[in-house]
Amino acid sequence: MIRKRSYFKTRSLPYLLILPQILITLTFFYWPAVQGVITSFQISDPFGFRTKFVWFDNFIALFNDPLYLKSILTTLMFSGSVAIVSISFGLFLASMANRVLKLTTLTRTLLIWPYAIAPAISGILWLFLLHPSYGVVAIGLENWFGLDWNPLLKSSNAMLMIVMASAWKNISYNFVFFLAGLQAIPKSLIEAAAIDGASPFRRFWTITFPLLSPTFFFVTVMTIIFSFFESFGVIHAVTQGGPGGSTNILVYKVYQDGFIGLNLGSSAAQSVVLMFMIILITVLQFKYVERKVQYTG
Amino acid sequence: MMVEKTPILDTFTYVSLILGIVVVGFPILYAIIAATLSIEEVSRVPMSMIPGDQLFNNVSEAWNRGNLGTQLFNSFIMASGITIGKIVVSLFGAFSIVYFDYRLRTVAFAAVFCTLMLPVEVRILPTYEMAANIFGPLQSVWNALGLDGIVSWFAGHDIEVSLEFSLLDSYAGLILPLTASATCTFLFRQFFLTIPEELCEAAKMDGASPMTFFWKILFPLSKTNIAALVVIEFVYGWNQYLWPLLITTNPKMTTAVIGLHHLLPSPEDPPDWHIAMAGALIVMLPPVLVVLFMQRWFVKGLVEREK
Repeated sequence: MIRKRSYFKTRSLPYLLILPQILITLTFFYWPAVQGVITSFQISDPFGFRTKFVWFDNFIALFNDPLYLKSILTTLMFSGSVAIVSISFGLFLASMANRVLKLTTLTRTLLIWPYAIAPAISGILWLFLLHPSYGVVAIGLENWFGLDWNPLLKSSNAMLMIVMASAWKNISYNFVFFLAGLQAIPKSLIEAAAIDGASPFRRFWTITFPLLSPTFFFVTVMTIIFSFFESFGVIHAVTQGGPGGSTNILVYKVYQDGFIGLNLGSSAAQSVVLMFMIILITVLQFKYVERKVQYTG
Repeated sequence: MMVEKTPILDTFTYVSLILGIVVVGFPILYAIIAATLSIEEVSRVPMSMIPGDQLFNNVSEAWNRGNLGTQLFNSFIMASGITIGKIVVSLFGAFSIVYFDYRLRTVAFAAVFCTLMLPVEVRILPTYEMAANIFGPLQSVWNALGLDGIVSWFAGHDIEVSLEFSLLDSYAGLILPLTASATCTFLFRQFFLTIPEELCEAAKMDGASPMTFFWKILFPLSKTNIAALVVIEFVYGWNQYLWPLLITTNPKMTTAVIGLHHLLPSPEDPPDWHIAMAGALIVMLPPVLVVLFMQRWFVKGLVEREK
C-alpha cells in the first residue's frame, strides 16, 4: 500500500488518531451490517419475541414474490430512465457550455443550483407542476397532447413524475462533471482534427466523446446509485410507492416492509440484496478505473 | 486559440443554452411565483405567471403552520454536525493512515475503505436498532459471556444487567450514524499523498512533533479541500431524508425537509399550494445559497472526489 517515505515513528498516536473513525465505522457500519445479514436468515413475529433460523428461506420467498420482482423491474425502469434523461441533458448542456468559454462560469452558476435542492423538495415542486388540477405542465399536456393526465391515479403518469423530479435534480450534478471532463481535454487534439477538416460533430464523436468515457462511466454509476437510494425522498414525499405499487422501488420497499409492515426477516433480506448490488457496482467501477490508469500509463 | 466560424452552430449553442437554463430554472421560477400569490390566484387554471404581493404573508404562514423555525434549527444543527464531524474524523484518520507506520495500518485502512459507497439506505433497520440502543453490542457481548451469572454469583442474588442508551430523537442520533463515511477520509488521503515528502522531512529535522506538523503544515495546506467538503457535506446533511425520518418521532426533533410534507395540501384540504411552495423555498434556501456562494470550491471538491 502507498505510504510516505518519510513518516513519524510515534507509537500510540496513530491509533488514537484513527480511533474515532474506527469506532464510528464499527458501531454504525459493521455491527449493523452483520446484524442485517443475521436477521436475513431468520423469521420473527412482528413483536420480536421469537426468532427462528431459517437459512435462505427469506431470500427464496423474496425471489418468488411477484411484488418483489415487480419492484426490481420498477427500479430498473426508473433508474434507467433517470440515467438516460439526466445524462443526455447534462452532457448536451455541458458540451454547449464548453463552446462559449467566456460565459462558462455564468452558465454553470445558472445550471448548478438544483444540485442543492433535496430530492424530496424536487418531488414536491414537480408534484405541483404536474398536479392534475393545478399544475401548469399537466394542463399543457392535457390541452396540447390531449392526454388524460393524472399522476395521482395512473401508474405510468406517476412513474413519469418521479422520473422527471429525480432527473431534474440530477442534471446539474452530471453537467458539472461533464463540463470539468470537457475542459480537461487538450485543446491541441481538437485543433489538430479541425485542421484536418473534421466538422464539429465529427470531432465530438471521434475525439471528445471517447476521451470523456471515464467521466461518462463515473457519472452513470453515480446516477444509478442516486436513483437507487437517494430518490427515496422523492418517492416518500410524493407517491409513497403508489398508485398500486407502481413506484415502489427497492429502497422504498425495504422501508415499507421493515418499518411499516414489520416483516423484519424479509426487509433484512432485501437490504442484503441491495448491499450485494452496490458492492457489485463498486467493484466494477474500481476495475474500470484501474484499467483507465493503465491506458494512460 | 482556435478561430473557426460556425455561425449556425453558434446560434444553436446559444439558443440551446438559454432554453436549457429556462427549462432547468422553470420549476423554481414557478414555485417563486406561486409563493407570491393568494389562494384564489394560485388555484386559477392556469395559474398567472405574474408575481403577486402575498410573498411575505405566505412565507410567515408557512413558517408558523409548518413550525419551520424549530425544524430549520434542527436541520442546521444536523447539517453542521455532520459536516464538522466528518471532516474532523477523516482529517485525523487520513493523517494517521498516511503519515505513520504501524502494524494495523493496512487493516484500519481496509476497514474504512470498505464502507465507501455503502449508503445508510441499505442497512436502515439494523442501524436503527443500533441507534435505539447504542450499547446493544456491549449487551450482546455481556450476554454471550454469561456475565449475568457471574455477577449474580458474586452478589448472591439474581441481577440482570441491561445496558441501554437510546439515540432516538436526539441530535447525536441524527448526526453520528451519518459521520460513518469513508469518502472524506479517502479524499484527504489522496491529497496528503500529493504533498511533497520534503515538508515532512524538514519538519522532522526541526524536531516538530507529529501534531505540530499537522497543525502548522498539513492543516493550512488542506484548507481548499476542507472548504469544498464543507459545501458538499453541508448540502448532503441538510438534504438527508430517510435517516431523520426513521430516527425522529417527536415533531420538535424533526428536520425541515421532512416537516415540509405536512404543508402539502391533501385532496380534502383547500389547495394551499402557495403556502407549500413558500415553505419549499424557505427550506431549500440555505443549501442553495451555500452552493452558489461557494461555487468555486464546491466544483473543485465534486470533481476531486472522482479521482
